[in-house]
Amino acid sequence: MSAKSIDKLMTGMLYLIAGVIVLLLAGLLGYILVQGLPHVSWHFLTSPAKSFEAGGGIGIQLFNSFYLLVLSMLISVPLALGAGIYLAEYAKKNWVTDVVRTAIEILSSLPSVVVGLFGFLVFVLQFKFGFSILSGALALTMFNLPLLTRNVEDSLRQVGFTQREAGLALGLSRWETVVHVVIPEALPGILTGMILGAGRVFGEAAALIYTAGQSAPALNFGDWNPLHIASPLNPFRPAETLAVHIWKINSEGIQPDAAAVSAGASAVLIIAVLAFNLLARWGGNRLYKRMTAG
Amino acid sequence: MAKEKVITSKDVHLYYGDFEALKGIDLDFNKNEITALIGPSGCGKSTYLRTLNRMNDLIPGVKITGDIRLRGQDIYASQQDVVQLRKQVGMVFQQPNPFPFSIYDNVVYGLRLAGVKDRSVLDEAVETSLKQAAIWDEVKDKLHDSALSLSGGQQQRVVIGRVLAVQPEVILMDEPTSALDPISSTQIENMLLELRGQYTIILVTHNMHQASRISDRTAFFLQGRLIEFADTKKIFLDPTEQETSDYISGRFG
Ligand SMILES: Nc1ncnc2c1ncn2[C@@H]1O[C@H](COP(=O)(O)OP(=O)(O)OP(=O)(O)O)[C@@H](O)[C@H]1O
Ligand SMILES: [Mg+2]
Repeated sequence: MSAKSIDKLMTGMLYLIAGVIVLLLAGLLGYILVQGLPHVSWHFLTSPAKSFEAGGGIGIQLFNSFYLLVLSMLISVPLALGAGIYLAEYAKKNWVTDVVRTAIEILSSLPSVVVGLFGFLVFVLQFKFGFSILSGALALTMFNLPLLTRNVEDSLRQVGFTQREAGLALGLSRWETVVHVVIPEALPGILTGMILGAGRVFGEAAALIYTAGQSAPALNFGDWNPLHIASPLNPFRPAETLAVHIWKINSEGIQPDAAAVSAGASAVLIIAVLAFNLLARWGGNRLYKRMTAG
Repeated sequence: MAKEKVITSKDVHLYYGDFEALKGIDLDFNKNEITALIGPSGCGKSTYLRTLNRMNDLIPGVKITGDIRLRGQDIYASQQDVVQLRKQVGMVFQQPNPFPFSIYDNVVYGLRLAGVKDRSVLDEAVETSLKQAAIWDEVKDKLHDSALSLSGGQQQRVVIGRVLAVQPEVILMDEPTSALDPISSTQIENMLLELRGQYTIILVTHNMHQASRISDRTAFFLQGRLIEFADTKKIFLDPTEQETSDYISGRFG
């Protein structure tokens, strides 16, 4: 066979593989959406779940998912920024930073069930936070922090040395150079990573089953005092999230319409995660354009 | 008549680890003149230039001895504020390195960080600096476009404008035109001729024509040593050292 026909054959193979992957994904998404969307209504999105009868919604679970997301991002974003900036800009290459990097690598590949069990032992039992939003948020932080840190470090490293030189030569201090030159340049990448991380956190179930708990007590959406037990903002209440809810319905749901609720909830979850991904692409591009065009 | 010296350096040695890159350099720079540093690749021109604003401090394992003074002040003294020094001694690199922001934001960068907020002051600084950098006419209608959208030669002039905006006393330039096309290079040379008389400029170049055309004095480096330092005319027409004349006539390097 001539080089040219081999080339053609190989290109064809690659197209075929890519096509299969796209079809698989599209099929999966399509299936979930087609199955689930008919069950999604405003009532479904806003009303509480029912344990024994049909007609329950996912309102509280949806709120819990977002609240947990916000809390865990509030904890993990500053930490990831700090750690990433330190590793990229200040850390000298020695065994300590090598250990830190390896630790981050290992943490980022821990199965989320393990993170969940760790969270259960440490936050739920040891610190006596119980099954609560707080325990869940801390577990999610454990799960999310390594990847976020890696992302921040990588994004900062992408910024060329000449840019740092330019800042320093202009009379900026090291810290000013990092804050005013390097971070703005790396921001689109950092932001994209954070939004993708948010999507990952939003869909996470295993790390939450034993930390945020599997029950969603009724909430009083008229009471926003975080210290009140029925307040949606109370960080010490148990909080089943959407992903956990799906898992639970499928494993022990006894509602007559369990299959429908599960399908509807899955569709909502998929849409949310998809939205995070699209937002990450769109926001990153836009921000990059904004930053580079003043 | 003795000219005022802005920077003096005596017996400067620099070591990258065990490697001695500068072997005792004595060199001083007259106020508002252009001094060219020439010599073959690897002879230590950039290294020497970067001792003058302490950019070598960033490289681990560097050791510097000797005495370098900016208007009589020892810049390696322990109380020297390096950040302040780099404001007084600006630097332009070989590769244009604008920040990925707008042209305007690039130029006012140093001023903004110094706390200048007044819009009219900033506007005026942008106009003055970009005029000095001979790029105002080309960019005045697109100051808010990205500096990265400009050609390499335009970027380099914006970068020079960015340095001028903080009004340094000395400007170090490390082969500022070697990444540019001949027309852009000539534009920058003409601009430097305009700046002569207002700024003390130290220019590293491989371009003999450039050195002879725009510099007042020329220093010839070879293997970490300063071989000859004199008026540019003298260096190019009647060098004292054999090595200088060999280099200039292109017999090596
Ligand atoms: N960071 C560094 N670490 C170790 N050695 C270095 C470093 N930078 C430069 N050197 C060495 O110091 C010597 C002088 O380098 P320098 O960059 O000052 O030369 P130059 O005259 O500017 O050359 P060119 O014309 O190619 O830019 C060279 O032998 C070079 O290999
Ligand atoms: Mg050099």
